[in-house]
Amino acid sequence: MNKYEIKTILLSSSVMAVFFFAILYNAFARKIDVPACIPYNATFRQSAIKKVDDTHYEVYIIARMWAFDPAEIIVPAGSTVDFYLTSADVVHGFNIERKGVNLMAIPGAVNKTTVNFTDYGTYRIVCHEYCGAGHHNMMAQVLVTYLKK
Amino acid sequence: MNISKSYKNTILIGLFMPMTLFILGAYNGVMQTLYRAGVIHKTAVAGINYYQGLTMHGVINAIVLTTFFAVVFGHVIMSHYLKKEPPGWSYSISMILMVGGTLIDAVLMIIGKAQALYTFYAPLKNSPLFYLGTSLLIVGSWVAFFGWIKMYSDWKKEHLNAKMPIAVLGTFVNFTMWFISSIPVAYESLILLMPWSAGWTNDINVPLTRMLFWMFGHPLVYFWLLPAYIAFYTILPKISGGKLYSGNAARLAFLLFLILSTPVGVHHQFSEPVMGQGTKLWVSILTYAVSIPSFMTAFTVGASLELAGRKRGARGLFDWMGKLPWFRSENYLFGYFLCGLLLFIFGGLSGIINASYSLNQMVHNTGWVPGHFHMTVAGPVLLVILGMSIYMYSTVSGKPVKFLSMVTIVPYVWMIGVAILSHGLMAGGLMGEPRRTNMGMSYTNPASDLFNPHWVPTATVTMVGGIVMGVAASIYLVCFFVTALGKRTRQPAISLPESEELHEEKTIPLLHNMKPWIIASVILIMITYIPSLINVFKYSSPVPNKFNAESPVNEGGNNDVHSQSMTNEKTK
Ligand code: HEM
Ligand SMILES: [Cu+2]
Ligand SMILES: [Cu+2]
Repeated sequence: MNKYEIKTILLSSSVMAVFFFAILYNAFARKIDVPACIPYNATFRQSAIKKVDDTHYEVYIIARMWAFDPAEIIVPAGSTVDFYLTSADVVHGFNIERKGVNLMAIPGAVNKTTVNFTDYGTYRIVCHEYCGAGHHNMMAQVLVTYLKK
Repeated sequence: MNISKSYKNTILIGLFMPMTLFILGAYNGVMQTLYRAGVIHKTAVAGINYYQGLTMHGVINAIVLTTFFAVVFGHVIMSHYLKKEPPGWSYSISMILMVGGTLIDAVLMIIGKAQALYTFYAPLKNSPLFYLGTSLLIVGSWVAFFGWIKMYSDWKKEHLNAKMPIAVLGTFVNFTMWFISSIPVAYESLILLMPWSAGWTNDINVPLTRMLFWMFGHPLVYFWLLPAYIAFYTILPKISGGKLYSGNAARLAFLLFLILSTPVGVHHQFSEPVMGQGTKLWVSILTYAVSIPSFMTAFTVGASLELAGRKRGARGLFDWMGKLPWFRSENYLFGYFLCGLLLFIFGGLSGIINASYSLNQMVHNTGWVPGHFHMTVAGPVLLVILGMSIYMYSTVSGKPVKFLSMVTIVPYVWMIGVAILSHGLMAGGLMGEPRRTNMGMSYTNPASDLFNPHWVPTATVTMVGGIVMGVAASIYLVCFFVTALGKRTRQPAISLPESEELHEEKTIPLLHNMKPWIIASVILIMITYIPSLINVFKYSSPVPNKFNAESPVNEGGNNDVHSQSMTNEKTK
């Protein structure tokens, strides 16, 4: 190997190292992480919106051909929402626009993530995994309302 | 080298048949962009529905065309460098299995019995024969590889002190990786999915099938790419008028792919439950590592091209680029290779974004992803396939290439098309546009409740790119078939442009022995996949689900059966 080759390898490895530290920084300091694992059981097959306290909600979502249940989730601005997602039939996707929430709904497994809705507005949830003939109609939404005092 | 008739026919069939199917593959690609842009608001056109067409597009372009090319290019490389033919049993059995498997899949896709896309994710089911057909295609490619091993060991006996040529090393690395990684998918499709789809079994562990699929899925993309790398290292320096900058660097790059390609499959599963966060971070690191051999390739190929430019009289820092043989019809391969490389710069960089753990959440399953991989698989991979297919067809059949000037401009047109298409898909993807979706029925249909005007401009850009690609593909296909149906003017032969190395380098024994690398690869696979497998069984349970794409009725049982089997699982 000549000096140019060694420089290239060092340079490209350092670039990748910088990217890697950016990942670690986001995962640990800013808590931006990939979804977590939870053991699956049949209780996740029941959809529900539970209010834990004024700003904390738990939402249990079932994806099925070709709708989400619940199809509309209403929470006040400033809420933290834990989403638990599974599927009743085939594999579906779950993408909340502008929130970087990106989950797969898999039968026999449950996916979990936590989102803060700081701004009011409508956030569409689109199924982004092919799930059969009606896939392109599969949408839900989160409605974030003004916080009433 | 002169060739026997049956070997010649095998090679020609292996080029002709996938190219014929590519007509269907390209047609469906262009149609997808029309649906997505909202120009077509229908579920089906000409009897092919969107998802059936997308299944054809994925299976034909990404599995059939690429696998046939890897095998045929492998045959030509082996015969060119070793001056032998593979054993007759290997190339004929291999081609029969591959053609048979492909025909089964093609018929099933056309009659609509296979429309679960090329990833065939359970619990959507295809006809059981689809899993069989795909397996035959893969096993057929193994048989060709077995023949080359025999051929190489014979050659080695006659040439005791000879080094393994770089192109042969690249081919062996590619097929070793392919062989190792297709074992999980063979298990998935033949042992798990086929009996389940045929109705002999009922339950299926979905996360397990997905893990097995992606153990294969990522090596699959390198299986597409490595033939192109072989061409960049061993053919491109020659046709651009230079020399290969470093042979050892080329060998090292191939061997790094051997150890790093298979264990990274989980990077397609960042958004899934079941795989632990630790495993996901680990595969992010490994995927970053596998970018190093690609950076090395960029350097070595770039340096070889610079050398070529300087030999042609370039002096300054950048003018060597202009001195390269662009747009020369006697050297049409150059355009195919260089346009592919240019696209790959962006394909590779966007790939690093996909691999970046939590950043993947921004792009997973959106239009960004097909935007990314059309700059890889429909970039360097396809352009090398197109260029080399017509080149090999012409030399092996002895028929001259027709419409040379058309053949010469095709890659430039294609490159522009891909750049536009990928820009549209990626920009749309960042705004949440979903992939694998007939958007014309809903999101880009003003008459629908789900209409989203933000996605229309990007989907329209995508369509413009798609049409340009369609034009390039049509020109190419006309040239290919006119060439193939033309008259023979020369003696059939197997020959490839062969690059020389710039310096005679020191022989490093580790770069000439594949065994330690294979062992390292198996160890890395275990380190990654044993924890994943444990997680699969810890966090998920099998379900009696079995669905046809057309209907939400479970063919595998009812919900009562389901909740019963679930209560057993209730441990917490
Ligand atoms: C004729 C030019 C082409 C056009 C216009 C085109 C267009 C597209 C579009 C728009 C999609 C996304 C569809 C969706 O997700 O809903 C797509 C998917 C895809 N394309 Fe292409 N493409 C072309 C050529 C190719 C080539 C040459 C290859 C590979 C060699 C290829 C491989 C793929 C694959 C693997 C997918 C993903 C299929 C899936 O998600 O199941 N395409 N193509
Ligand atoms: Cu869907
Ligand atoms: Cu991958």
